Amino acid sequence: MSTSSTTGTTGGSGSEYAGEVPHADHEAHQHRHPTDATYIKVALILAALTALEVGTYFLDDASTTTLVVLLFPMMIIKFAVVCLWFMHLRFDNPIFKRIFVFGLMLAVVVYCIALTSMQFWSSSYGS
Amino acid sequence: MTETATAPQIEDPVLHDKGVVSHQTSTGVSNEKLAMWVFLGSDCLLFGGLISTYLLLRHRVPPGHGPTPSHQFFDIPFTSVSSFVLLFSSLTMALAVGAIHRGDLRRCRTFLMTTALLGSVFIAGQVYEFTAFVKEGLGYTTNIFGSAFYTLTGFHGVHVSVGIIFLLSLVVMSLRGKLSGDKAETVEIFGLYWHFVDVVWILIFTIVYLIP
Amino acid sequence: MAIVERPTAPLELTTGEPAVSRPLGGFTRPQATTGWKSWLTTVDHKRIGVMYGAAALFFFFLGGVEAVLIRLQLAAPGQKLYSADLYNQLFTMHGVTMIFLVVIPLGAAFMNYLMPLQIGARDVAFPRLNAFSFWCFLGGGLMLNTSWFLGGGADGGWFAYAPNTGVTFSPSHGMDFYALGLQLTGIASLVGAINLVVTVLNLRAPGMTLMKMPVFTWMGFVTQLLLVFALPVISVALFLLTFDRLFDANFFNVSEGADPLLWEHLFWIFGHPEVYILILPAFGVVSEIIPVFSRKPIFGYPFMVFSGIAIGFMGWGVWAHHMFASGMGPLSVAAFSLSTMFIAVPTGVKILNWLATMWGGKLTFSTPMLFAVGLVTMFTIGGLSGVTHAVAPSDTQQTDTYYIVAHFHYVIFGGALLGFLGGLYFWWPKVFGYTLSDKLGKWHFWTILIGFNLTFGPMHILGLQGMPRRMHTYVEGYGFDFWNLVSTIGVFVITVSMLIFAANILKSWRGHRVDPVDPGPDPWDARSLEWMVQSPVPAHNFDEVPTVSHLDEFWHRKYQENDQGKLVRVATGAEVAQAGDPTGVHLPSPSYWPLVMAIGLPVIGYGLIFNLGLAALGGLIVVIAGFGWGYEPADDPEAHHGPHDHDGHDDGHDGAEAELDEASGNGDETPAAEAEPAGVASGSPTASASDEKASSDD
Repeated sequence: MSTSSTTGTTGGSGSEYAGEVPHADHEAHQHRHPTDATYIKVALILAALTALEVGTYFLDDASTTTLVVLLFPMMIIKFAVVCLWFMHLRFDNPIFKRIFVFGLMLAVVVYCIALTSMQFWSSSYGS
Repeated sequence: MTETATAPQIEDPVLHDKGVVSHQTSTGVSNEKLAMWVFLGSDCLLFGGLISTYLLLRHRVPPGHGPTPSHQFFDIPFTSVSSFVLLFSSLTMALAVGAIHRGDLRRCRTFLMTTALLGSVFIAGQVYEFTAFVKEGLGYTTNIFGSAFYTLTGFHGVHVSVGIIFLLSLVVMSLRGKLSGDKAETVEIFGLYWHFVDVVWILIFTIVYLIP
Repeated sequence: MAIVERPTAPLELTTGEPAVSRPLGGFTRPQATTGWKSWLTTVDHKRIGVMYGAAALFFFFLGGVEAVLIRLQLAAPGQKLYSADLYNQLFTMHGVTMIFLVVIPLGAAFMNYLMPLQIGARDVAFPRLNAFSFWCFLGGGLMLNTSWFLGGGADGGWFAYAPNTGVTFSPSHGMDFYALGLQLTGIASLVGAINLVVTVLNLRAPGMTLMKMPVFTWMGFVTQLLLVFALPVISVALFLLTFDRLFDANFFNVSEGADPLLWEHLFWIFGHPEVYILILPAFGVVSEIIPVFSRKPIFGYPFMVFSGIAIGFMGWGVWAHHMFASGMGPLSVAAFSLSTMFIAVPTGVKILNWLATMWGGKLTFSTPMLFAVGLVTMFTIGGLSGVTHAVAPSDTQQTDTYYIVAHFHYVIFGGALLGFLGGLYFWWPKVFGYTLSDKLGKWHFWTILIGFNLTFGPMHILGLQGMPRRMHTYVEGYGFDFWNLVSTIGVFVITVSMLIFAANILKSWRGHRVDPVDPGPDPWDARSLEWMVQSPVPAHNFDEVPTVSHLDEFWHRKYQENDQGKLVRVATGAEVAQAGDPTGVHLPSPSYWPLVMAIGLPVIGYGLIFNLGLAALGGLIVVIAGFGWGYEPADDPEAHHGPHDHDGHDDGHDGAEAELDEASGNGDETPAAEAEPAGVASGSPTASASDEKASSDD
């Protein structure tokens, strides 16, 4: 499909638009998206982490605390890796990261406060 | 009378390769993509609520009121396979986006179909798993564990299913030649949704299954 | 969003007639811009704003009737006008209606109408989604109110504490209507919020940096962000309640181990940001009115912006002050008591800034200004009682008494509603092309101010004397009788005031029909961009997207500093304002899919309550509408490149333009325009550039 560029220039034109032009951003986009090879590498790392996670299943006597200490970091790393690479947050305009991280952090903080208020962390919870 | 230009022609990196000048927005990013990220930000609050509810309720089942969560109750090996399936579907989704960035519509379609297939396998796995749980005595109404568990995983499953429908629509559209050029971004934006769904599963797998 | 490319040029028929594309069977894309049907398919943010306002005023009437009925019952002790059960329905529906169906949509009305204009845009980012938001809201609100006819209104209080609102204690369908109706209004608001967030971030005119946006737009922006993050939380709560009620889940089944506090936390995590969602737009309104009628810029613009942001942030940390008496434990109580005290600070900053704006200004107390000052004073009173609630020990006495009722009516009615009424008077000429009578407006203001204080002032006393809330009657001999009677008289004074308002609208509208007085684009000598276009605002908003170099850009085009550094007038508003010439402007096309999808959702709701087959049907409608919407291009390829209803404007060259577009290969530009429906502002530079070429060739 032909794409006409009869109108306007491609990027970086002198702007009458004060202040908000993310030119630095534009430069950052020069190193392009991850290649397929990168995606596959990322997927393999995720698979390896998942395998490690599943491995904890075989720790028969592990306490909840142990499991949390082992699994939460892996969970967080996997979460971050998917967001940063698969979802392009690493390469895109920072505004996406800000909005998403804000929502995420808000959820974590607010719900943790609620859990705390309901004494979720106490060992006698639920008994 | 000419309308003065609005924001300068900032290129959206997605469209950069295609030589298409994206429309001008104050931030330089497309409206649709920004909207999807805002939506995903809000979805964090949704799943956060469901996960918190699950966490708060799962161990409050009174004795004798039905199954409770444990390594024994769940079938971790089976669910692990489901996790790998979903993870792999994220990969194929990313590859689909990569393909359409390079203008390779056919490859994109193949990866989209694979993603849909893997998503369906995941759902099938969930259905099988839930059927097994019901047989073991955990229904939706059995106790609070059942209600909370099925609601959390159910919401996730609905998100996946909606995603599969959308994937199939994308495949159909690509067959009709309607997914080319600047529509490439649609695939990427959907990809964000799909990866988010995967990311939620990463949380659920650990919190629900591996740390019962 | 449209995900399909625009089809190539319409086929040339041998008869030479233009071929009309019929995307789905025999249904063509609507094109009308006049007539009642055009309102059903409109995607114009201004029309959507007007519909939100009209719907809100209708629901205000409903909520007001419910209020009058409540006050009639409470006018004297021991009355038996209705059963306790019916009374429960009355105060529940009154609360739900006023909060969700009046104040929220009033805010939405102003934000939808004004935000695109104030940032120099032609519409919001997703016009069809905007239309869907309105219809979905309307469907939800109407559905909720049909509960009155289908088994009884919701009866568990607007905050719907579970398990009281489970089937055991609320057996009628009322709470099902509540839960499902609010899900719909929630979807409407969430979708609208995403729309406006993207609009503010992406569609600002050149030079309009975030710190040059009017305070109203900033407050609106913070409000939309609050909605985006708060709505999912109540959505979860409502889902849990619905699943318990309809599908026998156990979320609030205490005998199965549930904890009622779960509902309270989920509800109030939403509920507290919600009250800031209610008030921030009204704060924005008065932040526009006060500078204009003080002839001074807003005092401390950065502080106004940052205090709004601070309110938005801090609002997330105080929710459990609604739960001080819930038994959540002293640590939680102390923590939330502390955080609540802090949140008074940013609001205090705003009050001071409004006062400082007025200080030394050339004040004119036209009706909008009266209402704005009304908000400042009444909200301050409400805020002060709020501070007393923050102190948890004193709140333990106040909670569940009329003292609380007094507080929230002072902030919501005295704050948000008075602010919005002022906004109606202020922007009425801009929206409708005629001004409301200032004389009747003043009558309206003073009557409502007196009536409002008569109604809610005494409730402070009643509350401290121990009169509990949500009780259908009270007993003689407790000393409640006199002030209850005063309060009931007050509500009739409010009623009279709103009748005066209605009379004002009718009289002014009729007067304008008979003997039109054109208020012009700038009747108040105002400051922001919406006053830089004709009144009523043309469909296309701006002839030319303005380039902004100042805060209060419009003001700076009228007034500039002379050699002595004094601000002198260099032009009138009418001189600076744009003419209203739509040539070359391409507007987003109308569509009926938003309406169809919005109809499907309540059908699902009714189906879930009464018949699952119906729910499936509703789901089908939604899915079909989804595909129809997705396959419909954002802009109709058949559409003209200008409005149709512009009198005397020759649209004849549009067809020629369209052909020239195709011929010169500019057809490829329009897919970009369609991909970004909002980018009419952005897409049209290209389109209009070629349009210009075309028209100059004519």
